Amino acid sequence: MTEPIISVKELFHQYGDFTAVDGISFEVSEGEIFSFLGPNGAGKSTAINVLITLLPLQQGSATVAGFDVVKDPEQVRESIGIVFQDVTLDRDMTCREILEFHGNLYKMPNAERKDRIEELLALVQLENKQDTRTKNLSGGMKRRLEIARGLMTRPKVLFLDEPTIGLDPQTRMRMWEYIKAVNREGTTIFLTTHYMDEADHLSDRISIIDKGQIIATGTPSELKNTLGEDLIYLETSDGDGTRKILSGMEMVKHITQKPTGIVAMLNGDGTKILPMIIEALSREGIRVSTVNLKKPSMDDVFVHYTGRELRDEGAEKPSMAVTRAGRR
Amino acid sequence: MHLGFLTIFWRDMLRFYRFKTLLISSLVQPALWMAFFGIAMSSNFNRFTSELPPLPGVPTVDYLTFMAAGVIAMTTLFTSLFGGMSLLFDKNWGLMREIFASPLPRNHIIFGIALSGMTKSFIQAIIIMVFGILIGAQFFFGYTVIETVLAIVGILLFVAVFSLGFLFLSAAIAISLESPEGMQGIMTLLTMPIFFASNALYPIDAFPPALQAVSVINPLTYLVTGIRYFAIGDDFQAIGIHYQFTPFQIVFAFLFLVGFAAVMFAIAWWRFRKAVVT
Repeated sequence: MTEPIISVKELFHQYGDFTAVDGISFEVSEGEIFSFLGPNGAGKSTAINVLITLLPLQQGSATVAGFDVVKDPEQVRESIGIVFQDVTLDRDMTCREILEFHGNLYKMPNAERKDRIEELLALVQLENKQDTRTKNLSGGMKRRLEIARGLMTRPKVLFLDEPTIGLDPQTRMRMWEYIKAVNREGTTIFLTTHYMDEADHLSDRISIIDKGQIIATGTPSELKNTLGEDLIYLETSDGDGTRKILSGMEMVKHITQKPTGIVAMLNGDGTKILPMIIEALSREGIRVSTVNLKKPSMDDVFVHYTGRELRDEGAEKPSMAVTRAGRR
Repeated sequence: MHLGFLTIFWRDMLRFYRFKTLLISSLVQPALWMAFFGIAMSSNFNRFTSELPPLPGVPTVDYLTFMAAGVIAMTTLFTSLFGGMSLLFDKNWGLMREIFASPLPRNHIIFGIALSGMTKSFIQAIIIMVFGILIGAQFFFGYTVIETVLAIVGILLFVAVFSLGFLFLSAAIAISLESPEGMQGIMTLLTMPIFFASNALYPIDAFPPALQAVSVINPLTYLVTGIRYFAIGDDFQAIGIHYQFTPFQIVFAFLFLVGFAAVMFAIAWWRFRKAVVT
């Protein structure tokens, strides 16, 4: 096992009295896609900002690509690429100029920079937009250009902060393809997202983060397997009686009370267990009015660990300039 | 040597050139000052001062020539004070994050933005000189070609050091503030005393003592002195005042501006080191 490419120990970060990151520790191995999954305000961006050296490290320790973010911030910066949460493209520069500017910031030699720009414009399919000013690009193109920019210097780690926020479903799928392609080339990817499907689809491993703490880490299937193989949802004529019966059954792993029904996690194949449950209930004279059987999704995983739904606040987020002061 | 500041310079000049309205207005504005304020005021001042008996043996310059130096100084002041504004927009639009997260040392951001502001001031100063001479300002009167070139270099040196000082100040303010409106307010507050408590448009000899004290520590006064020395000469009369400059005064004026720029850079450097952009 090689050294982890990102290693974070007991990281805390406070804004005044508010604790945004509350003692998180994790490691990312080279070559994987690692995700922070959590609602807005969970501390994801704060943690990322400490790792990319935009925020000072207050407490704890962190190394990125083998360099300490406090002792060797310069080397950390040279080893990483970043795609920020909001679009950070100069509206009045062309795609090519954006990449030129970035390459120059990182002191890339001229010839190498030119080659890399051609290569990346091809990768993100923006060759015919290279002299278009970024204000005339669609949302998906802007994001692709930002990914290209993040890759300019062939970083060891690419940080993606909410890479598909505000994109339509089709464009999101294409972004995922780009991200996977980049990862296949060998770039480690650190991703934050509040989209369940995104984390599930892209990640090798996920850390669920809520209120500044990591509450679970694992591969998507590991996380889902903690919920058992299948989930069933039942509405019955006698809630208490149903719970009593279910909790006596061996193949029921865990029961959660919902406002109008019960969710049971099963140890085995739901299609076989469900008829047995209904039969057992009817023996006690309990009528089942609604039933639903499904495989656990990341949403269920999140609800299981945090006790609440992950709210999609993306659409409510006001424009950046307005929220800047309070942004995390 | 790390030439990263050239990247910042390049981008700022690109934007300057690309925003045609900004480009044209900043080039036309100083010419308009000369055309309207200059001609209007000089016709008035020349009427008042024509009553005054001229000092014998001292060359007399008209008001347009006198104030043209002030307009160069004023334009440099305004352009430089607002030169840091683009940093504030970069910060608010999130563009500064890319730069702050890059290996580029932060003092290069200050140098880069100062270099582009200085370049803009050079362009404007040259436009005012050319336009001023076209409408009758007697700059470089009686100079040989070599003297003229040296005089222009002298003027640009003064403009350079002065503009760096105020660009550093502007950058320091921009990186410390959140709102462009706030910056606009501070700029307006600063320009008033700097501009009017100076010798840009009128002599300071008749100022009340308090105002004279301000004008003596005012960098703009030293810039105007430098420009007049190079553009008009070391011995002339204007608006009934006899102006004489010794080389020592000019060197002192230049060093004063260098000192001012150094202090402003220290402030900007301190603000940039403290700045957190997320």
